[in-house]
Amino acid sequence: MPHRCLQVRLRGEVHRLIAPRDQKYQSNFVEFRNDKIVYRRYAGLFFCVCVDSNDNELAYLEAIHLFVEVLDAFFQNVCELDLVFSFYKVYAILDEVFLAGEIEETSKQVVLDRLDYLEKLE
Amino acid sequence: MSGHYNLKALIKAIRSCKTLADERSVIQKESAAIRTSFKEEDSFARYNNIAKLLYIHMLGYPAHFGQIECLKLVASPRFADKRLGYLGIMLLLDENQEVLTLVTNSLKNDMNHSNMYAVGLALCTFANISSEEMSRDLANEIEKLLGSSNTYIRKKAALCALRVIRRVPDLMDHFVGKAKSLLQDRNHGVLLAGVTLITEMCALDERVCDEFRKATGLLVKHLKNLVTTGYSAEHDVLGITDPFLQTKILRLLRLLGKGDATASETMNDILAQVATNTDSTKNVGNSILYETVLSVLEIEADSGLRVMAINILGKFLTNRDNNIRYVALNTLNKVVSMDTNAVQRHRNTILDCLRDGDISIRRRALELCYALVNEGNVRVMIRELLSFLEVADNEFKLGMTTQICLAAERFAPNKRWQIDTVLRVLKVAGNYVREEILAAFIRLTCHTPELQFYTAQRLYAALSSDLSQESLTLAAIWIIGEFGDVLLQGGTIDDGEEVKQVTDTDIIDLLELVLSSPYANTLTRQFVLVALSKLSVRLAELSTPNQSTNQDRIAEILANFSSNLELEIQQRAVEFGTLYGMRDIKMGVLERMPPPEIRATMMGTVSERKPVGSTRTDKDTVVDLIGDDSAPAAINGNGTSSGPSTQDLLADIFGTGAADMSPSPSGSAPGASAGQPPRSAAADIMSLFDSSPAPVPPTSAASLPPANAQATSGSLFDLVTPSSSAPSSAAPAAPAAQPPKPQLQSYSAYDKNGLKITLTPKVSPTQPGVIQILARFASTAGEAISGVNFQVAVPKTQQLQMQAMSSSDIAAGGVETQQMRIHAPAGAAIRLRMRITYSRGGQNVTDQQDFSGFPADLTGSR
Repeated sequence: MPHRCLQVRLRGEVHRLIAPRDQKYQSNFVEFRNDKIVYRRYAGLFFCVCVDSNDNELAYLEAIHLFVEVLDAFFQNVCELDLVFSFYKVYAILDEVFLAGEIEETSKQVVLDRLDYLEKLE
Repeated sequence: MSGHYNLKALIKAIRSCKTLADERSVIQKESAAIRTSFKEEDSFARYNNIAKLLYIHMLGYPAHFGQIECLKLVASPRFADKRLGYLGIMLLLDENQEVLTLVTNSLKNDMNHSNMYAVGLALCTFANISSEEMSRDLANEIEKLLGSSNTYIRKKAALCALRVIRRVPDLMDHFVGKAKSLLQDRNHGVLLAGVTLITEMCALDERVCDEFRKATGLLVKHLKNLVTTGYSAEHDVLGITDPFLQTKILRLLRLLGKGDATASETMNDILAQVATNTDSTKNVGNSILYETVLSVLEIEADSGLRVMAINILGKFLTNRDNNIRYVALNTLNKVVSMDTNAVQRHRNTILDCLRDGDISIRRRALELCYALVNEGNVRVMIRELLSFLEVADNEFKLGMTTQICLAAERFAPNKRWQIDTVLRVLKVAGNYVREEILAAFIRLTCHTPELQFYTAQRLYAALSSDLSQESLTLAAIWIIGEFGDVLLQGGTIDDGEEVKQVTDTDIIDLLELVLSSPYANTLTRQFVLVALSKLSVRLAELSTPNQSTNQDRIAEILANFSSNLELEIQQRAVEFGTLYGMRDIKMGVLERMPPPEIRATMMGTVSERKPVGSTRTDKDTVVDLIGDDSAPAAINGNGTSSGPSTQDLLADIFGTGAADMSPSPSGSAPGASAGQPPRSAAADIMSLFDSSPAPVPPTSAASLPPANAQATSGSLFDLVTPSSSAPSSAAPAAPAAQPPKPQLQSYSAYDKNGLKITLTPKVSPTQPGVIQILARFASTAGEAISGVNFQVAVPKTQQLQMQAMSSSDIAAGGVETQQMRIHAPAGAAIRLRMRITYSRGGQNVTDQQDFSGFPADLTGSR
């Protein structure tokens, strides 16, 4: 279930949990309350999803990567500033890849075509 | 006042702030500007304002005042406005009922919009909010859209339906029919969403699950297509076709196959195919393998497939990727209870994971190890766990010591091994041991007379070298106090190790050292006081060489504590000090404890997931340590031969005696019961009394009844009452009502050439099967005897330990002694073959004689 940390507090908690973790010697999964956080780090950016404890963590790692690949293709070599200045577009992309806490579309091409079309509508 | 020109300008301004205070002031000004601007109802500025407001919201500042403006944006004919408006609603919406109703209306309108992108936006917004009321209101729209001809809409509608049934399971019937048709969809996205929806339905409702079982074949076909078709650019991830769809289908198959043999049979082949053909070198492939394993383990799979699944997990354990190992251990933990043998095969790999760099992997490997210990591998597993204990993270230690000791208790191949194991635990992690474990260890020692010397010796040595491990200190002090005589009498340790003989001075030195060490605390001090008091009796019984000095030292230490600031310790010290003066009753009061009732150590589930914390109170511990003295009735069923009868006798004495400890000499219970014929419950111990002829002059212990009667009732109450009201020091006080010691009978074993040897056997009621024999050598002919050498042999079933003789030369009319100890099985007759050599008047004599004159029931009858 992709989790938008709507609350600042939650965001801080997750950050404190994940930031100090070792990239090399630790897995990409952390237990968090009754759920599990699956995260992946790209340079200085962490992508975190909170999933049920019986969900397939490995599949969610792939899902995060799919999302990042879409971002990368959309922004052409995405960097942190793209995400900050175009945060509303990031939300739109997220809505095309995940919906209702589930993965919605697995074809990068389908997502990118859709996004291009939406851009033209504006 | 006007805000920043646009979103970009605002973001730049905020990012250039040096301090948090600057940022706050920029945002406050901007928020104020946005509020003012909202009032102007400028539809062109609105887009900009909301964009800025959402950024402010993301930084964690209040932005809810923008909700209504978002709704206005949604109503705009421009698509860009609508899109940002819905984003604003998703981010800013709270429980405000009025706004929710307005949002529901907008969503309803847009779900019927002619533009499919507007419909898409509405579905998306619904999927992210979906309150209960909204779910009921929009279920019909969503059902309709599930049948849309547009794949983009169908897929979004399927996930919206998922949200609806999660919120309101009653509404499921709306979607079952449409969901079936989704399974036929050729579009991956729609199929994926459909499978997800059906999985949720099946999980929520068993009835629906039965209905979808019919589709098992169809799902198997889909999966087969994904696995067998070659490269498809659109859904390829590192050479695997749509792994996401594959895992989703596998998950649904799991629900369908669970508990249904037919469905399981249908999917057997494809599961085997996925398990064998999927590339396991990358995470993608492993995510599918992992899902397959989970499915195989839950459905009614044949055993070959199950073994295959567990072997995949075994292979995962050797993977270099932490994530894969983590997942494997997690899954093995779930499986281990179902199929222990299959998991056992990977034991060594699991043990290797104890040394993993990742703590969460170590934690899981440890959990798994606990589950894997059994009779067959207990030696190996405990050895590994013990060596891990030395390097383990502190947070694991409490759980580990508990689990190791419990496993040792359950599966120990022999007592010696069990004692060694617990000793090692106490040495390595003595500060992380639960009270129950300590109590169980003491219980074990009490019930293992043949190893009491060994245990006491080992604890003495361990404590001498390390005072810092609290539980080690407590165990050692208790055992040394209780079995001080055994320790002093010496003995052998089977493995032929050199044993340094401990003297009474050494013991008291050590206890003093404990008191003065920086690790001493109230608990250890209490234990030491009790141990010292017991020791004073043990030493007196043995008549050790430095007896009087050491007795004085004990008295002095006790006296030092009689002004201690801690009330409990002070009270105890004063009581023991007083008791110390009463030589007559001291012996009985501080007699050896009856072994506590044997029972399995009970412990709530100890899991690494839940940190264990002791919930027991001090009171319980002490009850554990001293056994169930406080409730003698509970011990009746106990099998040990003389322990319980002591208890019963004790109960007889105490039960009546405690009530009328009044100074009425005739009613004094001990006197009465000692004089009366033995009751059946007390038969064992009373038979000892009986066998000894009455005329022997009373020993100090036998004078207990008169002492009882003499002692003012007040002083006796001093001893008895506090012990029941303050259980933490009940250990020494509880035996206050020990029965009078059996009078000792001597037997003549040899009487020739002016040398008379008498043997005095003594059996402790708490140690049946251990017979202490004191041999007395007396020169009767008024002539000195020199070079006495006394050798004894016993039958093979028995064990003999002999101390040195007090002196090999006996002066004319003098007496020398020698102690020996025999371990004999209960009921065995004691037979001795003695060889005596000595010289008398310059003449060497060698003699051999057999002796079997002890009463037959000496070793107890069983």
